[in-house]
Amino acid sequence: MALETALTLTVVLGFTTLVLLLAGAPPLESYRQIVKGSLGSWGKVTHVIKVWIPLTLAACGLLYTFRIGLWNIGVEGQVMVGAVLTTYVLRTGSDGQHGQYLLAAALLAGMAGGALWAVMAGYLKTRGGVHEIFAGLGLNFVAQGLVLWLIFGPWKQPGIASMSGTETFAEHLWMPYLEGLRISPAALGMTLTSVVLTAYMLRATRFGLYLKAIGSNEKAAFLFGLRPQATMILAMVCAGGFAGLAGSFQVAGVYHRLIPAISSGYGYLALLVVMLSGFSVWVSPLVAFFFACLNVGSIQLPMVLQLDSSLSGVIQGTLVMAALAMHAMRARSRKGGGPDAGG
Amino acid sequence: MNVELIDIHKHFGSVRANSGIDLKILPGTIHGILGENGAGKSTLMKVLAGFIPKTRGTILLDGSEVGYSSPEGALRHGIGMLYQDPLDFPPLSVLENFMAGQVRGATMGTEVHRARLLELCTGLGFKLDPDVPAGRLTVGERQQLELARLLSSGARVLILDEPTTGISGLQKEVLFSALKSIARGGRSIVLVSHKLEDIEALCDEITVLREGIVTGTMERPFSTQALLSMMFGSEPSPAIRSGHEPGAQALYLDNVSAPGGRAGLAECTVHVSRGEVIGLAGLEGSGQEVFLRIAAGLIRPHRGRVHVGRRDMTGRGYHAFQSLGVAFQPASRLEEGLIRGLTVTEHCALGEGGGQFMVQWDTAEQDARDKIRKFQVAGTPDSPVESLSGGNQQRLLLAFLPEEPELLLLENPTRGLDLESVHWVWDHLDAHASRGAAIVFSSSELDEILMVADRVLVFFDGHIIKDERPEDTDALALGRAIAGKM
Ligand SMILES: Nc1ncnc2c1ncn2[C@@H]1O[C@H](COP(=O)(O)OP(=O)(O)O)[C@@H](O)[C@H]1O
Ligand SMILES: [Mg+2]
Repeated sequence: MALETALTLTVVLGFTTLVLLLAGAPPLESYRQIVKGSLGSWGKVTHVIKVWIPLTLAACGLLYTFRIGLWNIGVEGQVMVGAVLTTYVLRTGSDGQHGQYLLAAALLAGMAGGALWAVMAGYLKTRGGVHEIFAGLGLNFVAQGLVLWLIFGPWKQPGIASMSGTETFAEHLWMPYLEGLRISPAALGMTLTSVVLTAYMLRATRFGLYLKAIGSNEKAAFLFGLRPQATMILAMVCAGGFAGLAGSFQVAGVYHRLIPAISSGYGYLALLVVMLSGFSVWVSPLVAFFFACLNVGSIQLPMVLQLDSSLSGVIQGTLVMAALAMHAMRARSRKGGGPDAGG
Repeated sequence: MNVELIDIHKHFGSVRANSGIDLKILPGTIHGILGENGAGKSTLMKVLAGFIPKTRGTILLDGSEVGYSSPEGALRHGIGMLYQDPLDFPPLSVLENFMAGQVRGATMGTEVHRARLLELCTGLGFKLDPDVPAGRLTVGERQQLELARLLSSGARVLILDEPTTGISGLQKEVLFSALKSIARGGRSIVLVSHKLEDIEALCDEITVLREGIVTGTMERPFSTQALLSMMFGSEPSPAIRSGHEPGAQALYLDNVSAPGGRAGLAECTVHVSRGEVIGLAGLEGSGQEVFLRIAAGLIRPHRGRVHVGRRDMTGRGYHAFQSLGVAFQPASRLEEGLIRGLTVTEHCALGEGGGQFMVQWDTAEQDARDKIRKFQVAGTPDSPVESLSGGNQQRLLLAFLPEEPELLLLENPTRGLDLESVHWVWDHLDAHASRGAAIVFSSSELDEILMVADRVLVFFDGHIIKDERPEDTDALALGRAIAGKM
């Protein structure tokens, strides 16, 4: 496992270096800038953690669906719908009363929203025979449309609709944060708890075992008396719940409003994180941290090194390739293995 | 090509699958490798075919040492192997499978390959349609496809691992005559089997393995007696027919028709009583599979009614049948029976403690240990099921049958087992029957059916064309019925 991860990271670094070289950027200097830009000060680290939280939550959710052999591409939309429902609940609380209760309700609503969106993809697959990748992609478009419609329609700021999002909530509806650091300890704590919980669920519970069994051989699992379709829906509920929570934190803990890019592509990135982690619960948060650093650290790269800012897009693209290559290699070495191993 | 293996060792952890094996295979001959399950035959052949690395030892081809580390590498040296569990790509067509992985001819067009495939099939007496998906082929046809592919890829030594398991008698004849003609052409054939009759019928020379070593070799004419004692050390005892008195109704199919397989099943009416053991005979795909799956609730008939015990279960699902004590065991071990990637313990955990949230790993492991001991599986609780040999997987499958089933539906339950294990399995199943469970099983071995069944049903083209007690018939009559000649 450790070897596999090291190999993956080597491949990732190799690919990235190659892209930088091709773009005429000095790789070492670029890496120095990325490290400086992400870990250079406490403020920067705070930024990294802010990215790490939704990334890790979405990754936790994906571990359930990957374990049962589903490609839950819809995770991106699940983050968005989570954000939407959280915004909906928080918008009802402008009178300044019961801030904590409303926040708790908003987080639950976010999880429920993500789960609902995931279940729709799940039913499209189990009942309608639509592959979960297409169902998920379709629902992602719908979710993005919903977010934009709300921002420019019913929830527009007084006077003028704007790309900057809905009106900012009153401060008592923000998740409490540490003054100097601007991160919410509650969000951080819940994320860490989610990792431990996921590890526990996958390893120690019957549900976790069922996910693995069905993901490895659906037909045989059925003959053993398991219910593959119902279990798939349940896995989707878990995945959507965690993704929805990520969306909730984006709204209640980071932006304090709904913005068009509320999910920031973290759902898609989380897919990459989990694949590069070899579908391991314990490696995923580390890889998520690595990507969070890359994400935050490369913001300044174009300015400092006079590179085109689209380069980070190219880098992410190559990383997708690296992830797929690793996935293929792993599937080959396990012969017939899907996203079912690790733990 | 001359093949010589010298002092081959292969260890899997503490398991010594091969310990010091010497073997010579001459060109133009059919060489039999005989041995009971777990003797190390498959392991030795996988080493020769580059599928697994050897722990130590030498492989000489035409006198010079070779070292390859993959099946492709071995094939480049002219060594090709047909595995016990076929490895083709079910969704691709026969032709695409044939083209897949061909060393030469990447530049040739589809039509060239099609012509080549058809030419090979004609030469060998195979009837394969290039355009059907490989997933629709029977085990026997998949073998024919794989054989054609290996020949076309330039194999000069062909290894066949248990090729007669799971194929019909007719396909076996076709296979054997194809193998003979291949050998006459100067290539060598290595035939691996635990079935003495097959090996005796076909081979020029036999090497017997037991517990990872060579216990003897023999050339024609063979002595069955001597071969048996090389295989087992001593001779196995014969089994006895179960002969239970039938009881109340266990299963009743009333004029049932359903699609599926080749022929589907048409207007089938059958009563099965408690305690009865019923053997289903017929060419693969003649309706036995559909019959068993309807009785298990896995296929819903489009006409007719299905009763389990006294209950009308028409239209209900498999899990409802399961809760009435119906147990189904599929023929394809790693496709439907067991879950690749899960250990024996994990399999045990799947089957128990339904209502609980947590897995009781201690209990599951204890259960795995008990099953391994009781069913004599060569493995540990932590072994992933795919690491077990075919026979051991089969025993494990049997271990997962419920403790007190009412109706056992078994597809080829002794496929891939040696004689001793077959007897062992039937002793075990017999205990279920004595308790009152009805057993319906399919088998391509008429001898087995005649030996253990109280009743034989012969399937032909989706119809039951014969329903008789074994004492009223014989292998010849059954064979004729299987071929559709009444
Ligand atoms: N991949 C493996 N890992 C561990 N043990 C194995 C593996 N493959 C085979 N064995 C063990 O090696 C022995 C010989 O197996 P095998 O060569 O498959 O026997 P045969 O083909 O003669 O039935 C058996 O005890 C089997 O359990
Ligand atoms: Mg074998």
